[in-house]
Amino acid sequence: MITSKQELQELAQIKKAQNDSNPKEKTLDTSSAFYAKQKRIVLENEGIIDPEDIEDYIAHGGYISLFKALDEMSSKDVIEEIKISGLRGRGGGGYPTGLKWESVSKVKSWQKYIICNGDEGDPGAFMDRAVMESDPHRVLEGMAIAGYACGADKGYIYVRAEYPIAVDRLTKAIKQATKLGILGENVAQSGFSFSIEIRLGAGAFVCGEGTALIASIEGGRGHPRQKPPHLSDNGLWGRPTVLNNVETLANIAPIIKNGGEWFRNIGTEKSSGTKVFALTGRIKNTGLVEVPMGTTLRELVYDIGGGVEDDKKFKAIQSGGPSGGCIPEHLLDLKVDYESLKEVGSIMGSGGLIVMDDSSNMVEIARYFMDFCASESCGKCTPCRVGTTQLTQLLDKFIAKKATKEDFTLLKEMCEVVKSTSLCGLGQTAPNPVLSTIKYFEDEYLAGVCND
Amino acid sequence: MSTATDDRYNKLEKVMKKLGYEKNSLIEVLHSTQGIFGYLGVDTLKFVAKRLKLSYSKVYGVATFYNYFRLKPKGRHNIVVCLGTACYIKGSEKILQKIEQRYGIKAGETTSDEALSLLTARCFGSCSLAPVIVFDEEIKAKVSLENPLCGIEESIK
Ligand SMILES: Cc1cc2nc3c(=O)[nH]c(=O)nc-3n(C[C@H](O)[C@H](O)[C@H](O)COP(=O)(O)O)c2cc1C
Ligand code: SF4
Ligand code: FES
Repeated sequence: MITSKQELQELAQIKKAQNDSNPKEKTLDTSSAFYAKQKRIVLENEGIIDPEDIEDYIAHGGYISLFKALDEMSSKDVIEEIKISGLRGRGGGGYPTGLKWESVSKVKSWQKYIICNGDEGDPGAFMDRAVMESDPHRVLEGMAIAGYACGADKGYIYVRAEYPIAVDRLTKAIKQATKLGILGENVAQSGFSFSIEIRLGAGAFVCGEGTALIASIEGGRGHPRQKPPHLSDNGLWGRPTVLNNVETLANIAPIIKNGGEWFRNIGTEKSSGTKVFALTGRIKNTGLVEVPMGTTLRELVYDIGGGVEDDKKFKAIQSGGPSGGCIPEHLLDLKVDYESLKEVGSIMGSGGLIVMDDSSNMVEIARYFMDFCASESCGKCTPCRVGTTQLTQLLDKFIAKKATKEDFTLLKEMCEVVKSTSLCGLGQTAPNPVLSTIKYFEDEYLAGVCND
Repeated sequence: MSTATDDRYNKLEKVMKKLGYEKNSLIEVLHSTQGIFGYLGVDTLKFVAKRLKLSYSKVYGVATFYNYFRLKPKGRHNIVVCLGTACYIKGSEKILQKIEQRYGIKAGETTSDEALSLLTARCFGSCSLAPVIVFDEEIKAKVSLENPLCGIEESIK
């Protein structure tokens, strides 16, 4: 049992000495171009520590932030530090984390919850998986600090069932942390208690949406509900609840350790810190990259990604998954942050970046995402349930080159209707891939219109 | 086989007992049920409904809402083709078509000799290895579009 910060530091020293005398420590070859432009905060331990050994996490400075918070900071101080850092939600929306915590901390209730969103539904993104598998304790530490800040003593991690290794490692991590008294009753004799349980998703994209996720944890179908009431008032079992993404929570411990100012100085003014992207598609170096916000798409694709595969011509990069958009070549110098991506008709989303070369047909890409939304629509509201299916059929006409001019008008109108009248984020953003490809690749739609 | 003598039902009973027969543990119970039986059959779903004191329609509704739950038995082998974005860009639809043609089944179906079930998924989080298929729980990376069954076909019996 560890009952104080001192004991934690002692354990870290012992383990460090052990590691030094038995050097199995892996380091990354950071001299290559792939790493030179990266800055690792969220992924600092990836590939370096043993994810199944809590002592290794502690030897690398783990849980020091939690003990620091419990020892030296009030819950208000913690929230203040997060507010100063400017950290915004990495799950897609970009809502300021400090404000989210503050509103839950202010609600009076004998029971509150912290939920970690590990559903990672965007097909083509895997940063949360990497964090949960390579550094599970970092997520637990972030959740415990959130619990302390908001006055919650219970946390849930909602992980997609397709990630069995993540589930396994998180389960082990919870066991180890509980055994050492870092989770559980009266942590470090501070009076603060916090326990964490895992809940499995079951393959429904809509369950990444907050209210649907909660319906799923409660054992039902994952149907979203109208907001307000917001989760901060009425969340899991009707109690005030904080829902944060895995990567958001993975940033918490470093912020508490190094201070909000430190974090704020990384990235851009309105989007501080780093972002992990999953770089995939027609690109030479695929994989996870972590870069300061404000890095340009060109740097991501060419400096880090090594350029397009087989030296073909770059056509577009898709960000934000089924809710995002395609960005064409002339915008490659865009600095990536929440606002600039929105301005060009896409979104940050969870961090999937998919590179396409000139062999991709943009109408087919748009159809791919629309079909995805149609099959993942929960069916609760009509604009989304019917609209996404009709939009898919309309796009089919363009692909078969049998569309009319009226179809093109109808396509654009229907996109607007689905966007503005759907109940939850799934329907509200489903037309984005179509709208953004119309914006930049209109000729490919017009090529599908037959003139006779 | 009656539920009393089938050992799988005893296992399932133990799982539900451990979860305190809580109604809200339904999804956990369905995960375990699928683990024990390989799929969620009508009789099993009715059994779960009865033990958790939920209506059958609720249990059936939840089981069909989530893509991860299978309502039909699996073949002796299974192939899951990833249709996530990264794999799609690299031609995963072609892979699916090829396998469908080779075995004369559609995604979601099982061959009549029960040797193979063909399934699809929305990303395994192995996107940098795209296109990816999973054969009997093992990831096959960078699958060839021309010959997706290379090294697999022999074991499907
Ligand atoms: C259809 C839909 C799917 C979503 N999927 C996810 C997801 O897989 N992971 C995630 O963290 N957030 C997802 N979100 C966003 C969450 O609803 C929520 O905003 C987020 O988890 C909050 O955490 P953050 O503030 O730390 O970003 C999704 C939203 C919608 C509308
Ligand atoms: S917008 Fe779509 S997913 Fe969201 S509630 Fe309506 S039908 Fe369900
Ligand atoms: S898209 Fe196929 S593994 Fe992610």
